[in-house]
Amino acid sequence: MAILVDKSTRVVVQGITGKEGAFHAARCKEYGTQVVGGVTPGKGGTTHEGFVVWNTVAEAVAKEGANCALIFVPPPAAADAIMEAAAAGVPLVVCITEGIPVADMVRTKHFLASTKSRLIGPNCPGVITPGQAKVGIMPGHIHKPGDVGVLSRSGTLTYEVVGQLTKRGIGQSTCVGIGGDPVNGTSFVDVLRLFNEDAGTGAIMMIGEIGGTAEEEAAAYIKTSVKKPVIGFICGQTAPPGRRMGHAGAIIAGGRGTAAEKMKALQEAGVTVVKSPAEMGATVAKVIGA
Amino acid sequence: MKIHEYQAKALLREFGVAVPKGDVADTPAQARAIAQRLSGKVVVKAQVHAGGRGKAGGIKLADDPAAAEQAAGQILGMMLKTPQTPPEGIKVRKVLVEEASAIDRELYLSITLDRARATHVVMASQAGGMEIEEVAAKTPDKILREWAHPALGVQDFQARRLAFGLGLAGEQFKQGAALIRNLFALYLAKDCSLVEINPLVVTRDGRVFALDAKLNFDDNALYRHKEIAELRDTNEETPLDVEASKYGLNYIKLDGDVGCMVNGAGLAMATMDIIQQAGGEPANFLDVGGGASPEQVENAFRILSSDPSVKAIFINVFGGILRVDRLAEGVIGAVKKLGLKLPVVLRAEGTNVEQGKKMLADSGLALTMADDMADGATKAVALAKGQKP
Repeated sequence: MAILVDKSTRVVVQGITGKEGAFHAARCKEYGTQVVGGVTPGKGGTTHEGFVVWNTVAEAVAKEGANCALIFVPPPAAADAIMEAAAAGVPLVVCITEGIPVADMVRTKHFLASTKSRLIGPNCPGVITPGQAKVGIMPGHIHKPGDVGVLSRSGTLTYEVVGQLTKRGIGQSTCVGIGGDPVNGTSFVDVLRLFNEDAGTGAIMMIGEIGGTAEEEAAAYIKTSVKKPVIGFICGQTAPPGRRMGHAGAIIAGGRGTAAEKMKALQEAGVTVVKSPAEMGATVAKVIGA
Repeated sequence: MKIHEYQAKALLREFGVAVPKGDVADTPAQARAIAQRLSGKVVVKAQVHAGGRGKAGGIKLADDPAAAEQAAGQILGMMLKTPQTPPEGIKVRKVLVEEASAIDRELYLSITLDRARATHVVMASQAGGMEIEEVAAKTPDKILREWAHPALGVQDFQARRLAFGLGLAGEQFKQGAALIRNLFALYLAKDCSLVEINPLVVTRDGRVFALDAKLNFDDNALYRHKEIAELRDTNEETPLDVEASKYGLNYIKLDGDVGCMVNGAGLAMATMDIIQQAGGEPANFLDVGGGASPEQVENAFRILSSDPSVKAIFINVFGGILRVDRLAEGVIGAVKKLGLKLPVVLRAEGTNVEQGKKMLADSGLALTMADDMADGATKAVALAKGQKP
């Protein structure tokens, strides 16, 4: 058991003829993911590095039963690519692209509300269910099948916690990067709900960061609804206010969105909050008794 | 990206938002000429990207052109120190000279993103001239909010609701509602991340206009607004930040002495955190990005080592897209070119880690290897203090 992606996931890669798209499509396929081909408008009917290329996502759905889109389209066209995938009826859309204008995401999120698609990201590492499917840019080999669900706003910090877990022999059910942008498709609460209902997930490791209120909303949901142990870490404890720390969404604005507030909210919701990023794996081990 | 008040007001004018009459000056003589043209009392305002200018002596009232020239002479070239500037202040290079008006009421108006609702929000308050955070904390019911429809924007009835809420009536109500609609059009058309009019004023002669204007822009959308990107004033940024932005590096200068180079924003923030937990202070935030090239790594290294406060460098990399061998290539290249003497601690994991570590070991560089994040932070902090790791 796992959430979002598994062996039955059939991935179409949008922007497959770009450098990033082609590189990661191959890495996903190597991992064992069913990558059915890619889309680059105007290059339909060709093949690129062994992958079939279509003009539209709808063709990939009709001909290959694609049920997941992985997007590497550059920022100016990425929001359009998300909407195309949703309009084609793809249930899961994973957008890796970093740098999409906020106003584009506001419109796109509204568009998605009238479809049945779920968007993960943008500006995220993607989703991996170890041993089954990798739909994203994370290094596959550091993961290990198991029952800890991992969710995060960050990329490499997620690899860090996964590395710490795997080193201790603790596997992961699914790892989800929801992305570092201020407007994203899927929130912490959405993923917590999925993990909470997933029989294959026994504990949850959540990595938040400064900016916004997504962690506070997660804390409120955990308090009322999550029955599984949750371990939390918030990065940016030393970040200065008013500066964007790399991620478009990582900013303490008007004194709000600090790590301290978020850690307090999580603690009050019964989450085991880790202060040091070096102790994330060890804390999970302690909580689950591994 | 931030711009100056005089640039913001030019954009407001373009979108039909009323602002005081005025112009920008580089010299006291120009300030005098502008004051002459405006006739009557004028206000001379320092143009820097920081709030709190009035209290710091950056805004002066002048009765006549001679006084305007004198005020501009005092303000131009001064190092303006406000709570929002670096301790040494920012040098004032331009002043805005504007007509002074007899003000009846000061109001507040802003537009920004409401992250929780994933749409834009217009905020208005009768408590103008104060910090909105303060109003929000003390009297939250004094702030009115109207959320834009994500696709259709702010409707007329919403602008009217805000204008009524601001206590505007008659002719002023019409001016206010139009101003709100036009301001939202500007916010959307130029991909602003913040538009703040504080204060929005009603004058004794019944006019409604933006006395001050703060406009910030979504950096990710600047590619489609060349005219806005050109307004960037690098004098307002620290030189190292400007240098880093040339190479697409996410760099923020901080106060400590442990330089850090990390891939990924989250890991970079976590690295700063762990340096502090190890008893040190980070000298910077630096994310070289997921797919950094050896050239980018080299530039990052050069920027870090050109900061005189850096006493040791901690490289913390979890290679996913960024391969550790490519990182090693960049580090070796930089150290050889720069003849670097600073101690460097390296912690690397991920793709091609063994190959990368071997390259660094063979390079003859005086590197301290770390087993994990905590070990690396402890060693870097010790080295920065001149101790043995």
